[in-house]
Amino acid sequence: MSILNIRGTKAIRVAYGEALAELGAERPDVVVLDADLAHATTTCVFGEKYPERFFNLGIAEQNMMGVAAGLAISGLTPVASTFSIFGAGRAFEQVRNSICYPHLNVTLALSHNGLTVGEDGGSHQSIEDISLMRSIPGMTVLVPCDAIEMRKALRAAIDHPGPVYIRVTRPPAPYFTEDDAPFTIGKANTLRPGADITIIATGLMVYQALLAAEQLVQEGIEAAVLNMHTIKPIDRDAIIEAAGKTGRLITVEDHSVIGGLGSAVAEVLAEGSPARLLRMGLQDCFGQSGTPDALLEHYGLTARHIAENARKLVGDKQ
Amino acid sequence: MTEAEVQALCRIIRSDIIKMIGRVKSGHPGGSLSCTEILATLYFKEMLADPALPPEMRDKCILCKGHAAPALYAVLAHRGYFPREELLTLRQLGSRLQGHPDMKKTPGVDASTGSLGQGCSIAVGLALGARLKGTPQKIFAVVGDGEMQEGQFWEAMMSAVHFGLTNLTVILDHNGLQIDGANDDVMCLGNIKAKLQAFGFEVVEADGHDIGQLLAAYRKTTEKPKFILAHTVKGKGVSFMENQAGWHGKAPSAEETEQALAELEA
Repeated sequence: MSILNIRGTKAIRVAYGEALAELGAERPDVVVLDADLAHATTTCVFGEKYPERFFNLGIAEQNMMGVAAGLAISGLTPVASTFSIFGAGRAFEQVRNSICYPHLNVTLALSHNGLTVGEDGGSHQSIEDISLMRSIPGMTVLVPCDAIEMRKALRAAIDHPGPVYIRVTRPPAPYFTEDDAPFTIGKANTLRPGADITIIATGLMVYQALLAAEQLVQEGIEAAVLNMHTIKPIDRDAIIEAAGKTGRLITVEDHSVIGGLGSAVAEVLAEGSPARLLRMGLQDCFGQSGTPDALLEHYGLTARHIAENARKLVGDKQ
Repeated sequence: MTEAEVQALCRIIRSDIIKMIGRVKSGHPGGSLSCTEILATLYFKEMLADPALPPEMRDKCILCKGHAAPALYAVLAHRGYFPREELLTLRQLGSRLQGHPDMKKTPGVDASTGSLGQGCSIAVGLALGARLKGTPQKIFAVVGDGEMQEGQFWEAMMSAVHFGLTNLTVILDHNGLQIDGANDDVMCLGNIKAKLQAFGFEVVEADGHDIGQLLAAYRKTTEKPKFILAHTVKGKGVSFMENQAGWHGKAPSAEETEQALAELEA
């Protein structure tokens, strides 16, 4: 039986725009900011419905972060969007000092990150955003894996006191998580049990991890799959439990292995329950232009690559 | 409080600034002394700033040049936000009075600032928020001239005009000096008035140490966002600090503190 119940395809950013517009009706305190990328981030859907609560700041991300902080101080609930490279990268210090230092209720839903940005190339493929955002005290970091989880993440972020970064991805992607699956910040979801190895994945890599687990089961390898939708606070208990049960773990992320999911898991294991770990992701290198699929193949981030690594790790008695 | 009383209070506030920085041997006296009247006139004459009012009812002052925190703290203490004795805890471990303004720690501080260029953006957000909520709140942002070298400052100015924020007033404490020397030598700001006018601001000039002139500038009605070019003297009131860039971020010695206090209390 397939472990994947694919019910359709939708870009996570499209689900974000729809969910945001829905929230606009329920929550008159929600205001939305963008920096001339409203059609790409899909905040334009909210902007068309609630123009008085939508602020396009133009190509000025640093200012946008400060304006979001001011709106939060005045008691509103701002959600700001642009591409991750500009929001988490260029405006890092504004996020740190204007938003996070006073622990303001601002949600940064930043899109277009990792290799799946695709053709725009390495300059626009943020592979450090999780690392940057995770390092700021009090910041929560969410990475939804599909359109359904995106909706839940946005609601959780807006209700959460303090700043939240949501990593919203670009390309159309299958959605497969259950409508009634819980989404609790800081609590990983086990999508599949397995005794031989644990694959911890985040974002679009969760789908690839499930495909890998399907391949592996035909060879008699039972791989557990953990959907780590929250990178911070990381679910220590789930990681330590997985390490105890399987002794071998693989992390998979469309992000640098430095500072992202792989680092977060390694930190927990090193302090809590040493186990064999292999970190899949960008190996300290930039991306380049190409289709998202071609890039994931080139940089070794497909189900096939995950399965190969799992086989090696399970076969390695050390 | 009358204008003369505010003027007299400014001498006491200057003494407080010197005492705070001198006693704890850390802080920025030059820029604190230059914006004393700007802040005192705001808090005692212009803003709805009674600490008894709920925060959402009060007007807001964003001290973008957050290194002048000692001046803000002294004004807030005299305005009744916290006891004046607490001023001497400035910059000490566990103090509510951080090196730069921290809205989470200090009563009366409206935003956490000090990283230059960021405060005006926060003020734009507050002005947008006040307008959206339909409150008559006035938003003031106090900036330093060196700070205008930050690109984000100009982003914020552009957006203030774009959104037509007539509830926003930006006040420039124009003392002409920054850490490394004169603005003109470090990175020339050019014709500030013409630049802000070209951005779409109503620019009003004032003597930044004259309560009457400042008040007239604060109250001048305009259809545009307002920018007050307040001409000031860095280190104002202490003879050996006046117009000296070297006193930007240096604490006076015990002897210098006594000399400064003697001048201010003469």
